[in-house]
Amino acid sequence: MKSNPTINQFGPLLQSPPEIGRGEVILNVNGLVTRLNNDVRIVDDVSFSIKQGETFALLGESGCGKSMTALSLMRLLPDGIRIASGDIKLEKEDILALPEYAMREVRGGQMAMIFQEPGLSLNPVMTVGDQIAETLKLHQELRGDEIRSQCVELLELVGISDAPRRVYEYPFQLSGGMKQRVMIAMALAGQPKLLIADEPTTALDVTIQAQVLKLLRDTQQKTSMALLLITHDLGVVAQMAHQVGVMYAGQIIEQAPREKLFACPAHPYTQKLFAALPDAGRSGQPLAAIPGNVPQLGTPFTACRFAPRCDKAWALCHDKVPVWTQLENGQGVRCHLYSSQMGNEKSNLKVPLSPDSCAAGKEKPEEERIDTPLLQVESLQVHFPIRKGIFQRTVGHVKAVDGVSMSISAGRTLALVGESGCGKTTVGKALLQLITPTAGSVRFAGHELIGISARELRKQRAGMQMIFQDPYASLNPKMRVAEVLQEGMDALSIAKNSDERQRRIDELLEQVGLEKASKWRYPHEFSGGQRQRIAIARVLAVNPNLLICDEPTSALDVSVQAQILNLLKSLQQQLKLSYLFVSHNLAVVEYLAHDVYVMYLGRIVERGTVEEVLRTPKHPYTQALLSAVPRIDGQGMKTIRLAGETPSPSHPPQGCHFHARCAHVMAECREVYPGESILSPTHRVHCHLLGK
Amino acid sequence: MPVILWTDAMIFLLLATVISAVLWVRKRPHLVLPWQRLAKSSMGMVSLLILSLFVLVGLLDTMHYREALPEKSNGQTVYSAEVLSVFDALAKDIKNRNEKTYSAPLAAYLYAKESIETPDGKIRRDYPRLRYGGAHLVDPQSELLGDVLKRTMIGALEGLSIAILLIVAGNWLIFFVKLRTARTSAGQEIRKSNNLIFTFARLIKNKPSRALLITALLMAILLGITVNLAAVYHVLGTDKVGQDVLYLALKSIRTGLVIGTVTTLVMLPFALLLGIAAGYLRGWVDDVIQYLYTVLSSIPSVLLIAAAVLMMQVYIEMHPEWFETAAARADLRLLFLCLILGVTSWTGLCRLLRGETLKLREMEYIQAAQAFGVSSPRILTRHIVPNVMHIVLIAVVMDFSSLVLAEAVLSYVGVGVDPSTMSFGTLINSARLEMGREPMVWWTLTAAFGFMLVLVLSANLFADAVRDAFDPRLNRTEAAA
Amino acid sequence: MIAYLIRRLLYAIPILIGVNLLTFSLFFVVNTADDMARMQLGMKRVTPEAIEKWKQQHGYDKPLLFNASAEGASKISDTIFFQKSAKMFVFDFGSSNDGRNIAREIQTRMMPSLAIALPTFLIGLLIYITFALLMTFFRATALDMLGVSLCVVLMSISGLFYIIGGQFVASKLWHWVPISGYAGGFDSIKFVLLPVLIGVMGSVGASSRWYRTIFLEEIGKDYVRTARAKGLSELRVLFHHVLKNAMIPILTAVVVVIPLLFMGSLLTESFFSIPGLGSYTIDAIKAQDFGVVRAMVFLGSMLYIAGLVLTDISYTIVDPRVRLK
Repeated sequence: MKSNPTINQFGPLLQSPPEIGRGEVILNVNGLVTRLNNDVRIVDDVSFSIKQGETFALLGESGCGKSMTALSLMRLLPDGIRIASGDIKLEKEDILALPEYAMREVRGGQMAMIFQEPGLSLNPVMTVGDQIAETLKLHQELRGDEIRSQCVELLELVGISDAPRRVYEYPFQLSGGMKQRVMIAMALAGQPKLLIADEPTTALDVTIQAQVLKLLRDTQQKTSMALLLITHDLGVVAQMAHQVGVMYAGQIIEQAPREKLFACPAHPYTQKLFAALPDAGRSGQPLAAIPGNVPQLGTPFTACRFAPRCDKAWALCHDKVPVWTQLENGQGVRCHLYSSQMGNEKSNLKVPLSPDSCAAGKEKPEEERIDTPLLQVESLQVHFPIRKGIFQRTVGHVKAVDGVSMSISAGRTLALVGESGCGKTTVGKALLQLITPTAGSVRFAGHELIGISARELRKQRAGMQMIFQDPYASLNPKMRVAEVLQEGMDALSIAKNSDERQRRIDELLEQVGLEKASKWRYPHEFSGGQRQRIAIARVLAVNPNLLICDEPTSALDVSVQAQILNLLKSLQQQLKLSYLFVSHNLAVVEYLAHDVYVMYLGRIVERGTVEEVLRTPKHPYTQALLSAVPRIDGQGMKTIRLAGETPSPSHPPQGCHFHARCAHVMAECREVYPGESILSPTHRVHCHLLGK
Repeated sequence: MPVILWTDAMIFLLLATVISAVLWVRKRPHLVLPWQRLAKSSMGMVSLLILSLFVLVGLLDTMHYREALPEKSNGQTVYSAEVLSVFDALAKDIKNRNEKTYSAPLAAYLYAKESIETPDGKIRRDYPRLRYGGAHLVDPQSELLGDVLKRTMIGALEGLSIAILLIVAGNWLIFFVKLRTARTSAGQEIRKSNNLIFTFARLIKNKPSRALLITALLMAILLGITVNLAAVYHVLGTDKVGQDVLYLALKSIRTGLVIGTVTTLVMLPFALLLGIAAGYLRGWVDDVIQYLYTVLSSIPSVLLIAAAVLMMQVYIEMHPEWFETAAARADLRLLFLCLILGVTSWTGLCRLLRGETLKLREMEYIQAAQAFGVSSPRILTRHIVPNVMHIVLIAVVMDFSSLVLAEAVLSYVGVGVDPSTMSFGTLINSARLEMGREPMVWWTLTAAFGFMLVLVLSANLFADAVRDAFDPRLNRTEAAA
Repeated sequence: MIAYLIRRLLYAIPILIGVNLLTFSLFFVVNTADDMARMQLGMKRVTPEAIEKWKQQHGYDKPLLFNASAEGASKISDTIFFQKSAKMFVFDFGSSNDGRNIAREIQTRMMPSLAIALPTFLIGLLIYITFALLMTFFRATALDMLGVSLCVVLMSISGLFYIIGGQFVASKLWHWVPISGYAGGFDSIKFVLLPVLIGVMGSVGASSRWYRTIFLEEIGKDYVRTARAKGLSELRVLFHHVLKNAMIPILTAVVVVIPLLFMGSLLTESFFSIPGLGSYTIDAIKAQDFGVVRAMVFLGSMLYIAGLVLTDISYTIVDPRVRLK
């Protein structure tokens, strides 16, 4: 299996999180309700318990109330939100009954918390050591030198090398992964019984995520503390959790041991979440997207919260709130399917979840190879000058993109994969000439784009367009949808008259699955997914041949991501579009792409077809990247873990850029950048291992 | 003959801008949204109501004319050299009822003893009766208090009843308009909720409109009392030359408003244009504009204002032939003061806009427009300007009160408005020594500071409400929803 | 660091030239040198000869900006602008119209200015920050509401009210301190007391509110949540975490003012007849003394630029992320 790692593949559970002797219940939450001051329930009747040494994962999409549940436990809710009712017991202690001064003993002492953004969660003007020392002083009653040595010990515990020096450093001197390690060290300083981790790896790259998750697991093993893990990522849950609670619109709608949940999810929502995950197995067929959006805060519920989006819903679901049903196998679920007679009948008809159909649907659309590429890029370079000194002379360059070549044929998808800061977005913008390239050649449909006049460039603009990452930043909030769509047409004089333009706008909206009436509305009235549809319609308006998609789904929830991926896929088939798909999400890439280019520090280190690169990766970096992705089958355990983090592109290491982190490093790697090794007509790698 | 002074023209221009902005905003729901938020703030609405009263006085005082003199020369009408305003005409009574010198508020006697010739030919030193204040009383010493109380009561009742009448009439009007639209769109439920009493009850239940109602009634009572008393007394006393202080204070309002609004009107185009040009175009344009505002802001602003005003003063004095009337001269000086204040205060807004534009130009929708090849001027007008307008609006309302305060200080030092222009500053300046008199003359200062406090306080409260309603950072939840 | 300082100083030169050019044109575009001479000699009955003589004596008989009749470099240098501006860069301010040395005058008047401005600045800072911290601590309670309302009312009151009211109450009514004037040495305390008090009072509303906004902005940040999650008390969070971080925006606004304290406050000094630099400037403007005004403007903008540099340097103390480049 290791040589053939498919991502998110369903299969037998080969490996699970470490089994530790699970002891007594540490935390017991019962009927927790947290409200806004205007009585909107953010957390609505949540109950669960965590045992010693156990990891409980709260899984849910954005805005479902999982972070608010965690903050309620700590009694750290932001102003304007309060706990309305419920019962929280940490061992014997009633958390909600404690006075504030006693609660301070609990916080950081018995219950510690780490947060999503390590970059923002550390005090920027205090040294790392001082910040850890604060906890030590408060909860350990240590003094003087003891504190300092304890700090160093803690930093070493969380795997920070050169700890005695790091103690005196400030957060800005540490990388993202190290900051999260410091956060963990700080949390451990109070020797808590329960650690709450709120999306601890969401802001980190996959290779760093793997490091941090391993650290959390190891620490748990050593200290046998309980861990409440809050995440939206099924892969992380698969690797970490013993128990899982799935949250939707403020409620836990399903709770089960991880094995059970992954083997047979009971609630239709959970089932859909699994089905909405993209992977290669489904690349021939559309994803099972959940229609609609997560309900907004403050929506009053008189029935099942999921009913409007549920394809199994019937009259009762729209009528009555389902009660919590405990199934025999230890699973609990809040769904009428399991609590009523009618439901039982229906649930028997349930479609089998394991994707048997996948094998059948695996055939790919016939591979037509067109020899004249639509886009031909030759050694593209984008360098940003570094200025220093009295006269701001250029003393060096940040080589954001350093000699990238690629070609995309009509109707195909090329995925550009890499971690943050590798220069992949810069490539996209440089192709569009939004950033002026330093050198190289970009030929689009036979026309050179670099160095031509603005007027000449405008003629080529219609052919190549871009879809951006953040749907909230990519639409001008002050323009109606119709105006948004019209902008490109006006600028490139696409339609002749206004009638034709309006007809085209209607057509476009229909094409991306929006109502015609939405053209008179403003962006703020749409959800993230709908906005991304508008952004797609905007670029389609000028009839492009090539779309550069810059992480178009990374800001979206899984269920909405599936909708957008389906749309992109069907548009490609209808309109014969080519995509340059910039992403860090390998599952999405595997689902959508034909060719994959892996980028590291401004250069392509490996390229080939999807099968070649993702099934038989040859470059050590690609291998590490692939193995770091947490799979929902719990596989990614025996991974090649990368040491350290991506170096700065202003000072790339001598020789092979990757050598400092590479497990197979050889003497020549430190001296010469490896040349291209051709493994097949399509598969090429830059690595000395393959040079011979 | 109507006279349009320079600042009048500016105010009319401003008014036209505001009206057209309102018409423009009305049709765009996303632009109306923050205004609706503003309408929900009791504090904002109450202060707006008070401000609008000041604005009304200011506007009335802006419509200037010169009266035709009765005698004609060569068949041509001759106009008086004095420029009057509609407000002067309305307040003719209190304007023209000049006493000899100081008199206390609601007094019937002068403030200082004088030698009076009694009917029997003797001369004694006593407080003489006022020419106008309380002239209708036979024996002020015994009647004054009763008369004042009586007039207060009558005034309060009059004000209250007129206000209630107006509000009820207004409600009827709204009710019928609603009824008609309801009929055309036809709907049972709408009609039910359109019951007149129901509308009124809803008005009372709604928190901001209740506050508004109470304020309006209180203001009406105050107005009624003032009008009633002012008919026969000097409500706020008289100053050294016997002018009614209430009249002076009311006249000062226009100056304050002009300084507060015209200044921003003058500097706004510069700040907006230069700020977004520097932020969007970068490069040498940015360097030049940054240089410009660093130079301007590195001179202490009071120094710059003082120097500029004095230079201008000398200049005006050297060219008396330019001005037909004294009012025109004073007005030009007021306009120049606005200009100078504008020049010194645009740098702050400019820097703010440059920073915001720098942020905006990295936004993905701007890059999307660039990818379409949309031209820079179009990106600036379609994307950047609409998205910095809330900053401009907040800055404008925030600046208003500090400008009103600055005027007073500058006029007090002697580098503000023309001494003949009535303003809070000149009023305070003329009264500064009165505190040292024995007995103390306190009413001029009190009136000036009181009016200024009410104006500035309501402007500040309104500015806060505007900021709360428009600042996207404070309305994140709504923006995300 | 040194490279940075040199660059900042080099950048100051064009700005100072710009400032000079601006003041220069302010004086000479509207009014000619003749007007100035006439003003100095008395408006009426001045013979053209007397004007010429005055101009010659004071160096105003040259062309303004460009001397077409001169040779080579002196086309630029033999002008009023160059003659009057160039020397200022070596702190030679020349003499005022009444013949006194401006540099010496500045030296003697600096002390009274500082005696007022420095205490006002320091006491003010202390009071505003304390008040703001208190409001932040009691945020979203009735006390906070009260504090904010008080601030709004205080900032709506004209500064003149504080001055006139203060002078009236403290000097007339209670006979605490003299109304105005100044004396050297220990006597200065009684003269300084009232202006300082009024100066502090004058901006207590606006400043406290501003600091409160800054503190509230900091308190909403993630690291504060981390600090609370450690179990720290609210007071410790406020002083150890929030205040330290808030120092960055506070310094931006505050440090730039410090050098300008030398200039004194133009208004306060003229109200209280304190013989400082502020009143010196006001008097000079009233007397159309170009030499003095130009010197003061030059000094002011130089101090302002020094303030900017000082701000940048102060960042390195409170913000470890800042390294001057």
